[in-house]
Amino acid sequence: MSCGRMEKKIMGYVDGRLKEGERLEMEKHLSTCAVCQLRVNEFRAVNLLLDEVPMIEPSAAFDVRVWARVAAEPAKQSWWAWFAPSPRVAFAASMLVLAMAWIGSQSGSNLPQIDQADIPVLENYDVISSFEPLTELPQPVQAEDTTQQNQEM
Amino acid sequence: MLDVKAGDEQSFALLLHRYRSPLVNFLYRMVRNREQAEDLAQEVFLRVYRAREDYIPSAKFTTWLFRIATNLALNSVRDNRYQRMEISLDAPVTTDAEDGDEKTMDVAEKHPNIEQHLIEEARRRMIRQAIEKLPEKQRAAVLLHKYQELDYEEISKILECSESALKSLLFRAYETLRVELAPLVAQQARQ
Repeated sequence: MSCGRMEKKIMGYVDGRLKEGERLEMEKHLSTCAVCQLRVNEFRAVNLLLDEVPMIEPSAAFDVRVWARVAAEPAKQSWWAWFAPSPRVAFAASMLVLAMAWIGSQSGSNLPQIDQADIPVLENYDVISSFEPLTELPQPVQAEDTTQQNQEM
Repeated sequence: MLDVKAGDEQSFALLLHRYRSPLVNFLYRMVRNREQAEDLAQEVFLRVYRAREDYIPSAKFTTWLFRIATNLALNSVRDNRYQRMEISLDAPVTTDAEDGDEKTMDVAEKHPNIEQHLIEEARRRMIRQAIEKLPEKQRAAVLLHKYQELDYEEISKILECSESALKSLLFRAYETLRVELAPLVAQQARQ
């Protein structure tokens, strides 16, 4: 192991958090490298110095303040809680939805059934539409005229 | 936390009892002001309470808790820095609040020798100042690693970096501390 690779592992070694294989590799390096061994010793010393910083205690009013802030929070309501104040309105709304669904299903079934065979289809439309003599024909007559002609026939 | 999610206020009281001291101490070391640290810790608990119904246990609770705390602390440190830049140089110098806070321990009784007490106080101040000088992300890494004893995976999630980047952060932080505290380190190494 090179000294550069030590950087990533040195804290783990000082903390005793390295895996067995890594620890053995580190110790092998330390046995031959005085610089890294010195650094390990100094990091351990820093670790001990950090233990000397005393802890502080939260103030006596800390919990009281947290609970006061929690109590001041508005109550969270889920979306269906909107119906809670008036169950009658909720019942009426649900019945209305059901009624509309039923009417919708009934009106759909009353539609007149059209047989596909009854639908007139203009055959060879593409041939007729490009048939040159047809372009010379007069403008199509009004719908009323056609109905009159049908009655005459 | 799952009990808190289910609406059990007693469980929230347990969380508060268990984590208030670690949180206040972590935030205190980050922002260097006791009152502000307590305000931020209260804000952390409030956010936990607000998020209780949406809480999904995808990570450890401590990871989630300290992630909220770290983000609040880092924002506060940055805000404070800008505020300090705006303060007039003519403003009267005030003493560091921490000196008073940490003296709440009755050190004088433990050390009747006043000279020894002063030496220890100076030593602690030196350590505190060395931690304070660290860049905030390195400081957060050291505090979470050393005082909260979280593992690398948790700390890297809290600081939103890779484990490899975290190890580099810690290495650089310890290198800085080693240099800043050189006289004490040498003294410690001799013992």
